[in-house]
Amino acid sequence: MDGDHALAEGALAAGCRFFAGYPITPSTETAERFAERCPEVGGLFIQMEDEIASITANVGAVWGGQKVMTVTSGPGFSLMMETFGLACMMETPMVVADVQRTGPSTGLPTLTAQQDMMQVRWGSHGDYRIIALVPDSPQECFDLTIEAFNLAEIYRVPVFIMTDETVGHMHEKVVIPPAEDIRIVERNWYMGPKEDYRPYDFNGRTAAPMVKAGDGYRFHTTGLTHDERGYPALTPDMNKQVVTHLIEKIESNADKIIRTEEDGIQGADVVVVSYGISSRIAIRAIQQARNAGIKVGMLRLITVWPFCETKIRNLARNVKAIVVPELNYGQVVLEIERCAAGQCRVISVNSCGGAVHDPEEILAAIKEGANQ
Amino acid sequence: MKGAEPAPEYSTDDKAFREQNPMAEFLRMERMPHIWCPGCGIGTVVTCFVEAIKASGYDRDKIAVVSGIGCSGRVAGYVKFDSFHTTHGRAIPFATGLKLANPELKVVVISGDGDLASIGGNHLIHAARRNMDLMVICINNFTYGMTGGQVTPTTPTTANASTTPHGNYETPFSLPFLADASGATFVARWTALHAHNMTQTFGKALKHRGFAFIEVIAPCTTLYQRRNKLGDGLDAMDYYKENADIQHGADTRSVGISFQGDIALGKFVERQKPTFLDAVNDHYMKVLGDSYQLYGKTTAELQKEAEERARLSASKEAEILECGADD
Repeated sequence: MDGDHALAEGALAAGCRFFAGYPITPSTETAERFAERCPEVGGLFIQMEDEIASITANVGAVWGGQKVMTVTSGPGFSLMMETFGLACMMETPMVVADVQRTGPSTGLPTLTAQQDMMQVRWGSHGDYRIIALVPDSPQECFDLTIEAFNLAEIYRVPVFIMTDETVGHMHEKVVIPPAEDIRIVERNWYMGPKEDYRPYDFNGRTAAPMVKAGDGYRFHTTGLTHDERGYPALTPDMNKQVVTHLIEKIESNADKIIRTEEDGIQGADVVVVSYGISSRIAIRAIQQARNAGIKVGMLRLITVWPFCETKIRNLARNVKAIVVPELNYGQVVLEIERCAAGQCRVISVNSCGGAVHDPEEILAAIKEGANQ
Repeated sequence: MKGAEPAPEYSTDDKAFREQNPMAEFLRMERMPHIWCPGCGIGTVVTCFVEAIKASGYDRDKIAVVSGIGCSGRVAGYVKFDSFHTTHGRAIPFATGLKLANPELKVVVISGDGDLASIGGNHLIHAARRNMDLMVICINNFTYGMTGGQVTPTTPTTANASTTPHGNYETPFSLPFLADASGATFVARWTALHAHNMTQTFGKALKHRGFAFIEVIAPCTTLYQRRNKLGDGLDAMDYYKENADIQHGADTRSVGISFQGDIALGKFVERQKPTFLDAVNDHYMKVLGDSYQLYGKTTAELQKEAEERARLSASKEAEILECGADD
């Protein structure tokens, strides 16, 4: 199964039965798979008129009680940005996969990239936090989609799967476990008296329970700055409460959210920090470097946002250099430089996209870092 | 003045006032006063909508209202149903997701001409094409009120707006024609003056299965009226009265509006066609047979529920009918 199909299967396994989408290379196969599978499982696929409509229909469907997903790539991802802000503001749990391709603009539609890593974090206007996961294989496309749904329900936030064309179209074995072995977090439905229901609780740690339209709560929600009732409250103080909550509910739980994978970091002189397809390419460079006697480790970011700040800070104190290969002109490396704060050298192995790295480029950077 | 009764004192935070309001059960009274200007037509539309709901037999817990952005976009924040104030132009796709996620809801979009016909124009035509089971009320005041009176896709040619300070040189949309041509199965137009007809039509649209589009021509006294030297809200009512041309079943190609010209009104279109969800279920049942896992309810089940509602509402509707002639 390829990565795109695994995204659809992960969504179905997580209990998602609604998918409003719009075709775009190289993500279309996910929508096709979902459309094909829906009639067998009591789900609904609707192809909307554009990406703005798809993402907005998904937000509407969440408030109608569904778990939802959509998938897109660069240009479509740009079109969805405004509604991501709405989803953050309304605290709407949802999953979006961006099968990244090369930009800017129409760019190289069929070729791979990791160029939307900062866009996913900052692309919608205003201050907010999202969660972004990066799979490096079709199996992880399946596994991380389920995890994305779980995180979305816990924190009432859009969760993004920032995959790429290579992983999307890569065919590998994908093991789908029996349903009873899959951990599913269901929506935190409100159970108290109707008159006491408040859609929001700006405590900065947890998200308030939800209800769905049609259950008699007659609630209101808005993209405007709002109070606990969801009513517009257009004051600087209220905005501060809301924004602080949107940020803190993610930041204060970052340790619980963040997942990384380490290999040979103890005693390493150089550590490669990477994610997604770039980290898979880096494995070969690391093997070659080790064969050449260089002490090199690997830190793979499975969760890119929120960022593993503490881990990078500690790493920077103990290594000569951090090497950061990514399929963009240098995006996540900026965050690594910020956290490293001059404690070690940070070497960016960037690429304009279109093709994965040649492992030799990464090897050269590792050698450069080790020779200091 | 000896013996004169003091005028009753009402204030907006007066509990008694809130309880006395005949629409209190349907409005978020704690949010009053609303933001709309004196003479604005939006409040009339809200009143007519609430009256139509009261008479419809609909369980009010099963009604959801979705608005976009702008003066009319604020309706969702004042009505006491499940209500959603979304982003600019996106009320229809939001409503589409809401309806499809929970097909037992009656989802009503209430928004303005700028929101639905300009930035949201693409969603309007596609929801109509799909015959999505939504009721859309477009309050058309020919202007962007919230941002200060700019030209919209419905501003009549020659009318003045802040971004056409020497008069509008563009050709406006005729929204009933647009909706009809796009596939809407219920299309009507009234003005804010025609409160009774509007209420009647809202009632019919609530019962309609499929995409219902109702345009309500409403005055923006602060911007459109003033900038075009058309007087206040009452002058707008005079204009609507003098120039109303009720033509039920009119060919929608003929109902365009010119600056201060006649306004064709009435129910122009009402036809039956499978809704989006009916089409999904009917098609899959035909091609996949028993292996199809139905989404939502069958057409027959929904039809039965609609008939049940019609029976329940018959008596309530009679009260309204007594108040005036049917449209």
